[in-house]
Amino acid sequence: MATDGQKKVVVIGGGIAGMEAAAQLARMGYDTTIVEKQARTGGNVANWDHLFPEGRLAGEVVQQLYQKLSPVRIITGSSVKKADMLEGQYILTLADGSVLTTDALVVSTGFRTFDAHRKEEYGYGIYDRVITSADLEGMLNEHQPLFPGRHKGPRRVAFIHCVGSRDEKVGNRYCSKACCAMAVKQASKVKELYPDAEVYCFYMDLRMFDRRYEQMYLDAQAKSGVNFIRGRLSEASEDLQGRLVIKAEDTLMSKPLKMTVDMLVLMVGMEPASGARSVAEMLKIPVGHDGFFNATNELLEANCSGTPGVFLAGTCTGPKTIPETIADARAAATAADAYLRKKS
Amino acid sequence: MAVQFGYSINKSNTIDMDTAPRAMESYLLLHEPSFARCIGCGCCTATCSSGVFTQLNLRQIQLRIRRGETQGLLPEIQKCMLCGKCQMVCPRGVSTRNVVLSIQRALQLLS
Repeated sequence: MATDGQKKVVVIGGGIAGMEAAAQLARMGYDTTIVEKQARTGGNVANWDHLFPEGRLAGEVVQQLYQKLSPVRIITGSSVKKADMLEGQYILTLADGSVLTTDALVVSTGFRTFDAHRKEEYGYGIYDRVITSADLEGMLNEHQPLFPGRHKGPRRVAFIHCVGSRDEKVGNRYCSKACCAMAVKQASKVKELYPDAEVYCFYMDLRMFDRRYEQMYLDAQAKSGVNFIRGRLSEASEDLQGRLVIKAEDTLMSKPLKMTVDMLVLMVGMEPASGARSVAEMLKIPVGHDGFFNATNELLEANCSGTPGVFLAGTCTGPKTIPETIADARAAATAADAYLRKKS
Repeated sequence: MAVQFGYSINKSNTIDMDTAPRAMESYLLLHEPSFARCIGCGCCTATCSSGVFTQLNLRQIQLRIRRGETQGLLPEIQKCMLCGKCQMVCPRGVSTRNVVLSIQRALQLLS
């Protein structure tokens, strides 16, 4: 594919950030390769059902990104094990021993969802009816019944915000940004599927920062009838019928509160992807205490890693929504282009 | 006569949503749907003419109804003079005047 003199870029991570960055770089005329550790591109978003704020289908969004990748070489089921710099070029050794040379790299290693087992007081992995937001999204995506073996719908479902986010106890001080809007989206969806159920969101602050999110919140209250309680869950336990008893303080009432629910959905936050640290060590990318990558200037050079020719895209530098990720990926492609033009 | 040891059982301070009476909430959501839009910001309570001199707190009354804590509501809601300032400041467009009137009606119906 590569023609003489055509510069090469390797994108590490084939989630939506890597896909968008690769598509843009290919469009600019670079010989572009994606290295993705999983068997398919699309990352976390490919596991989702529908996306806030307008409810677009995740599968369609990933497909639209994929359609722009025809000039891009995609290596799935592999990862970069070693990177050597030689005369301004990177020589990458992949897991299968094959070697790629490249003039620049875009790192888009993305995120993994917080492992909810670590908040054991919420009972994930202990009680059957405790699931994560990612689990719910997968169940909706695969059209699985949410309440298998039950004739009647649930009486009550609760969503718990900030699971694994804003929590020193699990070492994650930061806000994961997308979960508030996702909770409102999912709560409205459950209410749509089971209109007779009571649906509750337990939140600390509702961070509805986009111009469309506040409307989602209002619609959830006024149209869907979702209830909101300000307070963080202290614990969940199972009763004799297999339902869950949850406890929180209703901090606006200044009173403890408990309720029995048929399903508990934990809004898991974002953590750096499992392979991110080794990529950072390999390419000498500065890493923050939270494990996310630090750019050289988070305001004006948010895509520059400080290592020449290595650029950062997407949630590897911190939690982002989808439009932010896409914009960030395009910015990373532009930064890589500026570097490669100067290099010639 | 039974021996009194001086022990007693405290009433639980916990809001139990499994047993909380929700009739008042249902009545309000039906007769004044804007009741559902409250975000608990407290503007109504901050501007309340009556609240300057009494414990009237519409933000909290709204929440008490949502949690079924409706005991003792009548003397509270009677403190409202229906001046309408709360409705002018509400950022979510809750028809607070009709909320108050609906609470009064609901109290009559449910008593």
